Formats: sequence, C-alpha cells, structure tokens
Amino acid sequence: MDPLTWGEIIPRIIVQLTPVWIALAVTFALSITFKRRLGLYGKLFDSVIGMMGFALVMFWVFAAVFGAMDLILTHDPLAQSGNMKNKVPGTPYTKMIGEAADGAYPYYLLGGDNLGRDVFSRMIAGAWIVVQIGPLATLFAFMAGITLGLPAAYYGSKLDTSLTFLANLVLAFPVILLFYLLVTPEIVATGIPTYMAMVLFIFPLVFIVILLNARYHTQPKVRAPLLAAVIAVLGLLYLSLISDSSGPIRWLPAWLDLFDIPGGILVVFVAVVFVNAPTVFRIVRGIALDIKTRDYVAAAQTRGEGPWYIMLWEILPNARGPLIVDFCLRVGYTTILLGTLGFFGLGLPPESPDWGSTINEGRKLLSIYPHPALPPALALLSLVLGLNLLADGLREESLRD
Amino acid sequence: MGLFILRRIAVMILTALCLTFIVFFLTNLYPNLEKLAKTQGNMRMTDTQVDSWLENRGYLEPLPVKYGQWLGVLPGYVTEDPEGAVRGRCIDTGMEPEEAPTFCGVLQGNWGYSTVFQDGVWDIVSTRLALTGKLMFWVMVLMVPSALILGVLAGMREGSRTDRTLSTVSIVSTATPEYVSGVILIAVFASSAVGLKWFKGTATSAMESATFDNFFLPVLTIALYGMGYIARMTRASMAEVMTQQYIRTARLKGVSFRNVVLKHALRNALIAPFTVIMLQFPWLLNGVVIVETLFNYKGFGWTLVQAAGNNDIELLLGVSIVSVIVVLVTQLISDVGYVYLNPRISVT
Repeated sequence: MDPLTWGEIIPRIIVQLTPVWIALAVTFALSITFKRRLGLYGKLFDSVIGMMGFALVMFWVFAAVFGAMDLILTHDPLAQSGNMKNKVPGTPYTKMIGEAADGAYPYYLLGGDNLGRDVFSRMIAGAWIVVQIGPLATLFAFMAGITLGLPAAYYGSKLDTSLTFLANLVLAFPVILLFYLLVTPEIVATGIPTYMAMVLFIFPLVFIVILLNARYHTQPKVRAPLLAAVIAVLGLLYLSLISDSSGPIRWLPAWLDLFDIPGGILVVFVAVVFVNAPTVFRIVRGIALDIKTRDYVAAAQTRGEGPWYIMLWEILPNARGPLIVDFCLRVGYTTILLGTLGFFGLGLPPESPDWGSTINEGRKLLSIYPHPALPPALALLSLVLGLNLLADGLREESLRD
Repeated sequence: MGLFILRRIAVMILTALCLTFIVFFLTNLYPNLEKLAKTQGNMRMTDTQVDSWLENRGYLEPLPVKYGQWLGVLPGYVTEDPEGAVRGRCIDTGMEPEEAPTFCGVLQGNWGYSTVFQDGVWDIVSTRLALTGKLMFWVMVLMVPSALILGVLAGMREGSRTDRTLSTVSIVSTATPEYVSGVILIAVFASSAVGLKWFKGTATSAMESATFDNFFLPVLTIALYGMGYIARMTRASMAEVMTQQYIRTARLKGVSFRNVVLKHALRNALIAPFTVIMLQFPWLLNGVVIVETLFNYKGFGWTLVQAAGNNDIELLLGVSIVSVIVVLVTQLISDVGYVYLNPRISVT
C-alpha cells in the first residue's frame, strides 16, 4: 500500500471524528434554539468569541469522551509496533515488516512515535486524561479557595492575616520547584502527598455541609436527614478517595473502599490543586471584601442571619460572575500545569498518553521527526485557547447586564 | 514610606525563612537521605551502614538543629567515628579540627558542595545565574516593548478592527505555554523535516557566544508567553484611561489623536502594566526552566532540573534560596513601585 498524502489524511481524520461532529452539531442546535431560557449559558451564544471558545472546548470534551468509549481511536494508544517507529503521517500500518494485521485500521493517520505507537490515537486518549483532571482539580481548588477566602474576608483581623500569609507563602514558591519537591518517588514514598490530599479533599465536603446547614438551619426537620445523607455519601467518597490499599492511609476495609486512584494521578492532582488554591483564595477574598460593604449584606446582618449564611447565600451568589470567568481561565492554566508536569516526566507513568508526556517523548527527536510532538502540542494549544476565548465571551456577556 | 518598606522587608525575611525551611524539610526526608547515602557511599549498603554513614555526616540530627546549622546560626556538627576520624560540617578536607570555625552556614557564605557537578554550590549558582541573566535580559528587551506597543495600539481604539486582531493575538500567545511554542518553533524553523533551518534548535553554543542564530528561538519562546498577558493588561488599562474626562476634554480642545495618546493617556496607562511586568518574574522563572531544558541551555533553570532530578540536596537548596529571593524581591519592588507611581494609593 502507498502512504497517504495530506489530501487523503485530513478527510480520513474528519471521518474518524464523525461522532464528535454529530455531538457538536446537536449541542449547538439545541443551545441556540433554547438560548433565551438558558441564562448565562444561553447568552454565550450571542457572542462570536464565546461560541468559538465553546466549540473548541466541547470538541475536545467530546473527542475525549468518545475516545474513552473507543469510537474514535484507530489503534491501541499503548500498543507498539516494531515497523512503525518514527514513521511519517499516513504510513500504512504493519505490525512487523511486510505483515499487515487484518481487521486493524490500515494507516497511522498522524504517523508513529519513537516506539511505533499511533500518534493520533495517543492524542485522543490523552485528551481523556486532560479533560478529566483539569476541571476536577480546578473545582477542588475552588472549593478550598472559597471555603477559606470567604471567612478571611468576612471576619478579617488575625484570621485574614494568617491565611493571607500562608497563601503568599505558597505563591512565592516557583511552581516547578514545588512540583519537583512533591512529585518525586522518594517524597511519594513518605506519604506526604497522601496527607496533603487528606487536607485538600476535605474542603468540598466541608463546603457542601456548611452550605446546606446554613440554608436549612431554620428547618430542623429537613436539615437533619439531609445533612446525614450528604455526610454519609460524601464521607464515603472522601474516605475511599484518600485511603488506598497500598498507600499510607488504610482506614477503610477493602470491601468498603470504592476505588483506588491509580499511582501518580493522585500525586499530580494534589500538586495541581495545591498550586491553584492560593490564587483562588486571593480572588475570592478580594471580591468578598468588596461585596461585604454592600447594603444587602448589612440588611441580612440586621435580619439576624448567621455569618455563614451571609457568606454562602448572600456574598457568594453575587460573586459568581467573576468566579465563573476565572474558573474557565483556571482550567486552562491547570491544563498548562499538567502539561508542564508531563514535560518534565513527573508524576504520570512515562507511557501515559497525556499531552505533556507525549510532548516530552517527542521533543527528543524533534529536529529530525517533528510529527510525534506537534499533534499533542497543537491539541493543548487549541484546548487552552478555547478556554480563554470562552472566558472572554462569558466576561463580555456577564458585563452586559 | 520608610516604615512600609521596612515592614515589607520583615515579612519578606519571614517568608524566606519559612520557604527555605519547607524546602529543607522536603529535601531532608529519610528516603532522600537514604538515596544520597547509597549513591555517595555504596549501592549495596545495609540499613545499619546507611544509618552510620548518615550519622557520621550529621544527617540524623533533629530537623530544626540541622536547619540552624545549614543557615549558620547553630554551631556545625562534629562527629567522631569508631576509627577516630573526626568529621564536622565546618571541617574541610585537610583542615585540622581545631582550626575549623564554629559556624558555617549560608549566612557565612558556605553554601555546601554539589554532588552532581563536584563543585561548590555558590560557584555553580553564580555562573549559571549569570547565563540565565543574559537570557532574561534579551527576553525583557524583546517582550516588554512589544507587549506595551501591542496593548497600547489595541486599547487606544477599543472595539475597532485593530483591537480585535491584536487582542486575538494576545489571547493566542497566553494560551501557548513555552513547551508548546518551543516545540512548534523548533519544528518549523530548525528541523530538517520542514527544511527552513533558519535558526538552531539548541542554544548550547549561545552560552559562550550568543548570536541571533542560536539565541533567538529560546528568547522568543519565553517572551511569547509573557507577552500576551502584559499586552492584555496594558490594553485594559489603556482602554480605561481613554474613557476618562480629561482625554475627552483634550480631544474637544482640538489636540490631535496622536498627541492625546502619546502625551495624555500613555503615562497613566502604564502604571498597571508595571506591576504586572514585575509579577511576571516568578512565572518567567518557570519559562526559563522549560526553555533551558528544551534548548539545552545550561543556565539556572537547567541546574534546578539537574539538582532535583539527581537528588543533589545542597545544590537544590541553594537554587531554591535564590529563586525564592528573586520572587520575593520582585514582589517587593512591584508593591513599592505601584505606590510610588500611583499617588492615589497611600501606604497607610
């Protein structure tokens, strides 16, 4: 078989991504039809920039999801082939010299990397890792930042001073140094990341419990069962998240431990949350300091509302605009940080298809074979660009009110 | 103002102490020490041998004591092993134990010895820092003017076609981390696959003699990422200034648009970007680490990676102090500069 030309490769890639195009079309059609009823999300479709950003982000989300469901991948992202090492895009696939595997996709669309793995499949499989960790880690950082930032701004004085000092301490750390200190096998062996996970992951639990408690404080009949249920479910999730059958914390018996986070991912997750949380803290604190002086807060205080009710149900909803915008930007930043970790070969196993690790693998032969490093680099660029554009669109639309 | 600076410096020193203590704690954890003992001594040491090796070199003292010794506020350890050989933190090879000074830490200028480069930490850090300084200087020369021009041009007519185009350029540049832009730039301009070969894909030769050929790509890679952010800040600040009453008055008075921008708006619009530029330093430090690794330019960032990757404890500590101090000093300058430039902010 002859190798494909670029004129044949691009249509083949487009065909291979069919599920993504369908899902994108459906999402856009539905959202534009009902955009007047969808609040801020609907308004996004009034701005061209916002729509472009949303399309880019959703493209990667759908690619990741369908990739994980095995609808897009042409080959196993981890399978090596002796004959496909560093082959240029469009090379016909053979497992060994002259031996075409039957049933397999006949080409490596974007070529093979230095171990003969399919670059296209690895890029799509890598999207799944990035799309999972990025938003989730950002969400955790936001929970921690909000839970600490609101009281710091509301109570002020000593609490504020000490929390701000701590946040500045983490922020003064060069990120890469922190990564190198936290994500090495020796440190992982001491269990420090697990203990940090223990502290950082408690914040979502605390946040949700305080949120509900403040809301239903006056209705004991609803409050007690609701809180009991939430604590039971989230507590179990929290415990199974931090306790690991091989790690330093083994608090749950094996039959109750719902899942183990595979090695490396937890450490990477903790490192990224830890780096992001202080910045979120500073943003939340800044916004809350401003909102604290508004009349409706004074009115709530006069009504006799508790401090946590005011913080979570008066201040926080009014801070949501800037926080949503910052969330989008921060997911992009988290993606960049994840890539940085991968680029230095920290945390995730070396064969992991995530974009940072793939770029790291590809850069070693960059001046001779640039094709293994370019697709993940462009993928990361387009996802982060999409998130930035989305944030810009959201900011524009929320300022319009 | 004096009191404000003094207070800031006090907080800064406290922060530096906390941070170095954290780094000291993390690098001196037992698994790291064990690895050090095995790489320095013998790979097949038993656990007791490891312990006695560490004991003789003062590694097993309590952490605060070790930290004090390293800092130079506590007397250095002196141990005697069963054969009668005396070892001490302050006793160099060939020196009589009696002649050695009592204190020898970072404060006395004793930064330790690097196990990877087989050289004094201070010498390594200072030479590498000079190399990185050269890189940073050119990054600043390229980044700051182009970012400011980009921002001012975009912000002076908000919403115009120029603004849209330039804003898109700056968004793209903030969305491109160094390891992405570096890879793309090398692939396009330096690889044999595309064949342009305008620049060199490595900057190793730039350490001795930097030329446009071997130095432009690394400088551009770092500058691109920081540029977008500064440009966006400048644009926002410029756009805000352009809506002010005094600008409108100047325009109505008949001052040309060019003069309004250059003489009335520019000065006020540049206050905010100044702080941003200073606060970019910590992030530039990251960029330096990535770019120096990617282009194999053996500067400060490259040293950090080598020290961290090879468990070179004393070098890593030295590198951390320098980077923490760089970050803190730039924060201080940015705060003081902001107050100084902006008369509306008072320090009290």
